[in-house]
Amino acid sequence: MALNNLSALTSPLSESQLAQLQQATAGLDAVQTAWVSGYLAGVSQGPVTAAAPTQSAGQSLTILVGSQTGNAKGVAQELAEQATAKGIPNQLISMADYKVKAIKDESHVIVVASTNGEGEAPDDAIDLHAFLASKKAPKLAGLKFAVLSLGDSSYEFFCQTGKDFEQRLQALGGEIITERLDADVDYQEVTQAWFDKALTAVEATLEKAGTSTTAAVATGTIVTENKYNKQNPFSASLLTSQKITGDRSAKDVRHIEIDLEGSDLHYTAGDALGVWFKNNQNMVDELIDKLGLDATKEVTVGDNKIALKEALIEEYELTGTHPGFIEGYAALTENKALQKLAEDKNACRDFANNNQVVDVVTATGNDKVTEENFVALLRRSSPRLYSIASSQTEVEDEVHLTVGAVVFENEAGQQRGGSASTFLSHRLQEGEEVKVFIEDNHNFRLPANPDTPVIMVGPGTGIAPFRAFMQEREASEATGKNWLLFGDQTFNEDFLYQVEWQTHLKSGLLTKLDLAFSRDQAEKIYVQDRLQENAAEVFKWLQDGAHFYVCGDANRMAKDVQTTLIDIISKQGKLSLEDAEEYLTELRQAKRYQRDVY
Amino acid sequence: MSQKLHDNERIKIESNFLRGKLVEGINNNTTGSFLPDEVQLVKFHGLYQQDHRDFRAERKQQKLEPLYSFLLRARLPGGVVTPEQWLEIDRIAEELTDAGSIRITTRQTFQYHGIFKRNLKSVFQELKFKANIDSIFTAGDVNRNTICTSNPEQSELHTEVYELSKKISEHFLPKSNAYAEIWLDGEKVLDTEEEEPIYHNIFLPRKFKIAVVLPPYNDVDIHANDLNFIAIIEDDKITGYNVVVGAGLGMTHGDKTTFPRLGDDFGFITVDKVMEVAEAVVTTQRDLGGRVSRSHARTKYTLETHGIETFKKEVEKRAGITFAAPGAYEFTERGDRIGWVKGIDNKWHLTVFIENGRILDFDGKPLKSGLVKIAKVHQGTFRMTANQNLVIASVPESEKDNIEKLARECGLIDDGTSDQRIDSMACVSLPTCPLAMAEAERYLPSLTDDVEGLLAKHGIAKDHIILRITGCPNGCGRAMLAEVGLVGKAPGRYNLHLGGNRIGTRIPKMYAENIDEATIVSTLDELIGRWATERNQDEDFGDFVIRAGIISEVVVAARDFYA
Repeated sequence: MALNNLSALTSPLSESQLAQLQQATAGLDAVQTAWVSGYLAGVSQGPVTAAAPTQSAGQSLTILVGSQTGNAKGVAQELAEQATAKGIPNQLISMADYKVKAIKDESHVIVVASTNGEGEAPDDAIDLHAFLASKKAPKLAGLKFAVLSLGDSSYEFFCQTGKDFEQRLQALGGEIITERLDADVDYQEVTQAWFDKALTAVEATLEKAGTSTTAAVATGTIVTENKYNKQNPFSASLLTSQKITGDRSAKDVRHIEIDLEGSDLHYTAGDALGVWFKNNQNMVDELIDKLGLDATKEVTVGDNKIALKEALIEEYELTGTHPGFIEGYAALTENKALQKLAEDKNACRDFANNNQVVDVVTATGNDKVTEENFVALLRRSSPRLYSIASSQTEVEDEVHLTVGAVVFENEAGQQRGGSASTFLSHRLQEGEEVKVFIEDNHNFRLPANPDTPVIMVGPGTGIAPFRAFMQEREASEATGKNWLLFGDQTFNEDFLYQVEWQTHLKSGLLTKLDLAFSRDQAEKIYVQDRLQENAAEVFKWLQDGAHFYVCGDANRMAKDVQTTLIDIISKQGKLSLEDAEEYLTELRQAKRYQRDVY
Repeated sequence: MSQKLHDNERIKIESNFLRGKLVEGINNNTTGSFLPDEVQLVKFHGLYQQDHRDFRAERKQQKLEPLYSFLLRARLPGGVVTPEQWLEIDRIAEELTDAGSIRITTRQTFQYHGIFKRNLKSVFQELKFKANIDSIFTAGDVNRNTICTSNPEQSELHTEVYELSKKISEHFLPKSNAYAEIWLDGEKVLDTEEEEPIYHNIFLPRKFKIAVVLPPYNDVDIHANDLNFIAIIEDDKITGYNVVVGAGLGMTHGDKTTFPRLGDDFGFITVDKVMEVAEAVVTTQRDLGGRVSRSHARTKYTLETHGIETFKKEVEKRAGITFAAPGAYEFTERGDRIGWVKGIDNKWHLTVFIENGRILDFDGKPLKSGLVKIAKVHQGTFRMTANQNLVIASVPESEKDNIEKLARECGLIDDGTSDQRIDSMACVSLPTCPLAMAEAERYLPSLTDDVEGLLAKHGIAKDHIILRITGCPNGCGRAMLAEVGLVGKAPGRYNLHLGGNRIGTRIPKMYAENIDEATIVSTLDELIGRWATERNQDEDFGDFVIRAGIISEVVVAARDFYA
């Protein structure tokens, strides 16, 4: 039978597979055709062990994910599952695990990337992001790609990393096959439509190999084995909420213990716990009262009808105001002052950052507001992630968190607070239920080798994962040295888990503990100052193979620590600043420099 | 003696003349405390490690160590400071202590409360280099701050006893350079074989207190001291001293082998023999004193164990003297003479009452900033008294009105302060003292209110009773020389002692055990009521309760105190 006469109607192949088959065999001579027929016969009789023909014969989709808190990873995972369901050969890979030079061999790429606070790439994405902007970046003619970026529109550089990737891939010759999606905090409502578009575009252009309709989904380390997840969280109960800052501290930091019994949830030191929270009922009452709405009136939430009050407590974001709300509310109420504010993007963002929804509606007339049109302006709430402060080898069915309750006064002097942190710290009573799930963080892991030394920089609540690390290393009797750098405002009141660190020092588990308390003396002292004071030793540890971890504030601390670290490497290693940066890059690529910053 | 020495003896001997691991302890910034051995050693440097007991339980929950801080007691023989020193003392309290207060103590000096470990060296250095004050040997098993009678009127005599107290204080200082090395970044003196001629490397078995006394005032409470030199005055000149040895007020609840004890008068010595005798008493106590049980280690028990005569003979031998028959003297009072007096030198002296000795800016009574204003214009000195009060001494006639005005403005002079309040005293106790069993300083003001009320109720509002509270049986508040003495037993619970006398030469005996505050007041209500109606002319409360048979007299403590 001549291949030319084949049609989809008379063969089990799809149009595109047929096209590929025809293309693949078009130029073959008689000998080659005979070999291929023999090969195909062999294939039809046994399992395919050689993947080579698949690769040479067809293209596949690579989904590259750069995630910080795990949201992007979740989205990418869903995308990969749907691609697989559609029969698109694909591999999902974290940018952190991706060999950057391989980009030139890709035919189809979908980038899923989140953005850090001030527009920087998440840690996973730093190397690829930098590589694509560097002189070493290859030409990418023939690459077909699309970008899904995740962000938070209350930040100035909304979805910046995704924008960067699109711009760079395009500049290198790549072709955009689907318009970029810049998804906000409520991304789950918009991603599905984009998946459909993007995967259709991939399907239309992907040259598939005939034999390979379902290439293995190389989700690698991203696979999660827990049966509960973000969409299907476990109803755990609060065991303990204990304030661990002293009576005279300016801060209210809680040690939270949650019971996971019956969930079979497991986590590894370095993972985060996702927490679904409920908004403060008093604040919701105040909001409804201000708007003059009916608390019991039902509103549409997704496919459900829920009473307004319940919807506002459970379903919507009320503490992190986004500029879109101000814009929408200004338009709805025709409030001149707010409308003027909404025109100035920067001012509007600042205002949104500093005012919760209940305080935005304070000063404005609201006779046009209804239950339904008000909730339509709001974003759906999303769970908060907290670095886990315990190791299951130590606490078994429990999970511990270190939560700083965010509490402040609004302009009118009323007390306001962060939604999840005050939910966990103040509103949730011991024994009550809280919906949680485990968020894996494979980019924050103890060294596989128990002899490897670790340096841990975790000021403030950044201490959390290191408590887990130490529990883990103690339980596994790891012999590697452990160096912790902690800092906060005051020694007396803010030395989180002081007694535990003292015990670890005494037992020898903790090799070295350096402390920086900023307010105990005239001059401010921070963890990076302690690093600098110990420059020679830091460098020696690194030369001895130490892993270096940073957890905590992304905007200032993590940057200052990194600058200091580069300085230390440069001076101690007698390297140029550029070479020192390269040294750090290599550490990061070797997973010896890991950060969990927020 | 085969009994094992108390572990503190090991600590002293191993400490390399009180250095121990103090430097490492100071540099360890992961804890606000020292290791157990060093907690004992810091006392010799004038510090007590304490923790804020109000927060103890809460901080345990918070996974925080106790809120450690230190009490620093200055060495100030005779309690005299200049206005320039006062301003520095005030500033250091403000900048480097948590309590922010200057607390005058029964040891005629001042204490800082709430110094965090990280600030210790700064406090030591500021005190030394800005105010020329140290805290060497103000605690620990050594001669503590030497005190003397505050007698502003007789300025020449006061100068003499004050100079003697300074001389004694300096004589009993250590030869070791440890204090300067550790706290003042002084050079390490190497290559010198250090030795302590008086203390050796074992120091004393227990604390040792010396007072120089100028009758007729017993403000120093001679029966709280191991060694007293009581001036014998003829024709306005000090001819010599009676040597009274072996007094002390501490005891242990439930241990009847411990008791407060009056001193024994060994007899008279001439002025030129004071230093020899002082050293002989100290070294005799060093060699004979018990070192097995710290609650039986003070000089008073050495006298009981070895016999008064044995001890006295040993002192005579070591000092190369023979005690003459005691000279005659008389005590007429113990409290401070609050208000202005004119000295024989024509200078004016203002004694101000400081409740609990605590100098701080209180609501409506900014004592601390008021004293700063006074220090800025004052040309004389400040003298702390053993009753925790303050004398603004040597004010020229021309400045008197101005000082009075400033003192009134800040409440240092308050005409509303009753004699009862002036006669009331308490130790620090909770929340900082680690030995405290019950409130003392924080309880005294309200108890004084109650007693004032009872006196008024029974129609004798102008009368007063020596009233003292001490938070534990160790006795810093000197309740064992009060007419009404309360000794802390448990939170809100006290042993009530009755029957001391006004001049402080009789020990009160326990009348009621472990009673609460309401019972204290109802008991006093009944007794004051009886005193008001049944007393003889001018009969003091302490004398009345003995004569009326309410309590029996303690004549010899070892025999009578628990009888």
